[in-house]
Amino acid sequence: MFRYLLHKLALIVPTIFGISLAAFAFVRLLPGDPILAMAGERGVSPERYAELIERFGFNRPYIVQYYEYIIRVLGGDFGISLSTKRPVFGEFMTLFPATLELALVAMIIAILIGIPAGIFAAVKRGSWFDQATMGVALTGYSMPIFWWGLLLIIFFSGYLGWTPVSGRIGLQFFFKPVTGFMLIDSLLSGRPGAFWSALSHLILPSIVLATIPLAVIARQTRSAMLEVLGEDYVRTARAKGLSPRRIIGLHAFRNALIPVITTIGLQVGTLMAGAILTETIFSWPGIGKWMIDAIGKRDYAVVQSGLLIIALIVMAVNLVVDVLYAVINPRIRVQ
Amino acid sequence: MKTKLTFAAALLAATVMGGMANAKQLVYCSEASPAGFDPSPWSGGNDFDASSRTIYSRLVEFDHGKTTISPGLAESWTVSDDGKEYTFKLRKGVKFQTTDWFTPTRELTAEDVKFSFERQWKKESPWYSYLAGTGWEYFAGMGFPDLLKEIVVVDDHTVKFVLNKPEVAFLPDLGMDFASIVSKEYADQLEKAGTLAQFSQKPVGTGPYQFVDYQVDAVIRYQAWDGYFGGRQKLDDLIFAITPDAAVRAQKLKAGECDIMSYPAPADIAGLKADTNLNVAEQEGLNVGYMAYNTTVAPFDKVEVRKALNMAVNKQAIIDAVYQGAGQAAVNPIPPTMWSYNKNIKDDPYDPDAAKKMLADAGVKDLSMKIWAMPVSRPYNPGAQRVAEMIQADYAKVGVKAEIVSYEWTEYRERGKAKDRDGAFQLGWTGDNGDPDNFLFLLGCSAIGQSNYAIWCNKEFEDLLQAGKATTDTAKRTEIYEKAQEVFKREAPWLTIAHSKVFMPMNKKVVGYAMDPLGIHRFDGVDVTE
Repeated sequence: MFRYLLHKLALIVPTIFGISLAAFAFVRLLPGDPILAMAGERGVSPERYAELIERFGFNRPYIVQYYEYIIRVLGGDFGISLSTKRPVFGEFMTLFPATLELALVAMIIAILIGIPAGIFAAVKRGSWFDQATMGVALTGYSMPIFWWGLLLIIFFSGYLGWTPVSGRIGLQFFFKPVTGFMLIDSLLSGRPGAFWSALSHLILPSIVLATIPLAVIARQTRSAMLEVLGEDYVRTARAKGLSPRRIIGLHAFRNALIPVITTIGLQVGTLMAGAILTETIFSWPGIGKWMIDAIGKRDYAVVQSGLLIIALIVMAVNLVVDVLYAVINPRIRVQ
Repeated sequence: MKTKLTFAAALLAATVMGGMANAKQLVYCSEASPAGFDPSPWSGGNDFDASSRTIYSRLVEFDHGKTTISPGLAESWTVSDDGKEYTFKLRKGVKFQTTDWFTPTRELTAEDVKFSFERQWKKESPWYSYLAGTGWEYFAGMGFPDLLKEIVVVDDHTVKFVLNKPEVAFLPDLGMDFASIVSKEYADQLEKAGTLAQFSQKPVGTGPYQFVDYQVDAVIRYQAWDGYFGGRQKLDDLIFAITPDAAVRAQKLKAGECDIMSYPAPADIAGLKADTNLNVAEQEGLNVGYMAYNTTVAPFDKVEVRKALNMAVNKQAIIDAVYQGAGQAAVNPIPPTMWSYNKNIKDDPYDPDAAKKMLADAGVKDLSMKIWAMPVSRPYNPGAQRVAEMIQADYAKVGVKAEIVSYEWTEYRERGKAKDRDGAFQLGWTGDNGDPDNFLFLLGCSAIGQSNYAIWCNKEFEDLLQAGKATTDTAKRTEIYEKAQEVFKREAPWLTIAHSKVFMPMNKKVVGYAMDPLGIHRFDGVDVTE
């Protein structure tokens, strides 16, 4: 087990370097640069442009810029945002809890609905329930998030008036963040109604963000279950006269869980990507919206460091999944 | 069941909280997060709304809803005969805001004024570079480093600006956001403590509202500044709810989650107008949307060809379809609300047959060209792609084949500047300070490679432009600019497309909000009725 973990960790180091290089190159490959992005329709004179390029150090060879960047990052310094002039890591830490809260709730929704739906669909294979579930899953998977979010807002917030349109909590609640997680902070604030306000603000964005992972998890669970249900040991269990509940719950589901967990781990990446659109539409102050703004402004410092930090998090989650995988499936540990 | 309970609880909570409101509050759904709260380093309209127009004040102020100026922190001023010395008498008893992080010990003095400008100007000041990489874009962009010779503190309440040359727009320039007056005492205090960055995060000014809190990318809170020299505001709390998507802003306004919003999407305006709880204020925007020919490339170097192409385009159809009626066909490069607008100039008529003939007479056959379409929606042009398609169809009717090209926004502007650019280039402009020069400079010879996308350098026009800059006499300048517009129309370096209207939807309970022609959102003097 320890060797397995070590092996996984060893793989991470080159990956981080690869990602840092890709992030560094990606933002510079984008047309334009921070100075032009800032200038807008006004334009900037060639002299002034040269002066600013010099000041930011963008005229130095890429290799030098990259080297300095990496050295700083290794020292724990992720740089200063070119647009807001605040430290990138500080901005990230301010905004990340909002994204994490949203992503966790979305993931819980996706798992709590996706797995049972997949199991039932597999057990009742070919039934109307199976077909309907898979139809809905396919629709969910192909749903353009922006449109879907707006549709939910118009219906639930505009037409029915059940949920707030956007934001994280009602504006009447004003307290200093402690953990950055609004559900927890609202409870800590001791203000009546704050928790419910925070929760009601979470409903629509988490549903929107959960949509794609839910569809993927449901489909994956269904196909994994189908495969397992056709195995000899399931037939044996049936022949033994075990109750269907025991067969499905214990024998089949546990074995089907392995690919499902892998899928869930991979969905963390999807959640990060989905967060970009979900946060923009629901005015959710998280890192998705932050990254989009930074790309628009060609804020090199935020984009390259932001991508790196996000990649580190996704890798960490996948590492946890890998370990979990090994815990569930002893065969992995031996390989 | 669980979900139902949640909804019920949320509803209950909302009702309970509704009863708690006693302070007068206004919620503004704004479109973007401010980069910081120092009014000078940044140049976005949303930065200004959140800093200079709420927290700070200036020596002179633009009148509410106009482009004329009135005394602000300066009570009065005199200008020397050569136009190079401006002496301002400061208002007495102006208090800087008292906040949790700063308690002023003195009132506003000439030292504060001097400091406010010198920090953007004198490289040796630690404040010049207190934000890494700040270029003080606006200060530089308005030519202040070359314009200012020195700023002299005559006494506590008198300050003199000495210029290197006369500048007609100097007073209106001082009403601009970057010229907001900051507290030297606060700056000194931070310098001593070594916490310079706090200057833009915990701002202190003399304006109508004082800063309370900013939750990054979410909410900005202000409260009325009791000691405001213009009198305490009627609103107790002013809140900016940052909501980047226009459709979501409209939904929030309808749902009562905000009281007023900026920049509605053209498609939402009809729906907002139909809502009986809302008012939709509108105003002619101080802007122009245009398409610039590359006047250095054949056959667009010929005036007749440019004129013929202008006559081939049905502008009214574009305004109806793309601007959804919220605009008017543009004749001149400056909008009709601007002083010196030449009303006598007639637009080139929409006449495809005449256009066809003019092209044939000019020896142009089987012309194929490119039309550039911006990838973004701007106030002066909400849908450049659609505009390009309509022009393409109009051109087809006169036998001109057009191909539409577009690039990512920054790349688009960069490529557009190329001297050998192929094709006609859509762009536009929104005014900064209400001066005609602030529009016409776009076509000046020195703006080639910067903002002159027609790559047009006409001696007659350029001379007028320079003459207009060299005099302070408004009557004379009006005459000069009227003439310049004639030259422009005769030479047709642009297809002037439209001046768009700007809308500001708000709840009916909001009173006293005046739309600003410069596109600023100001909340001084605003009130809510219950």
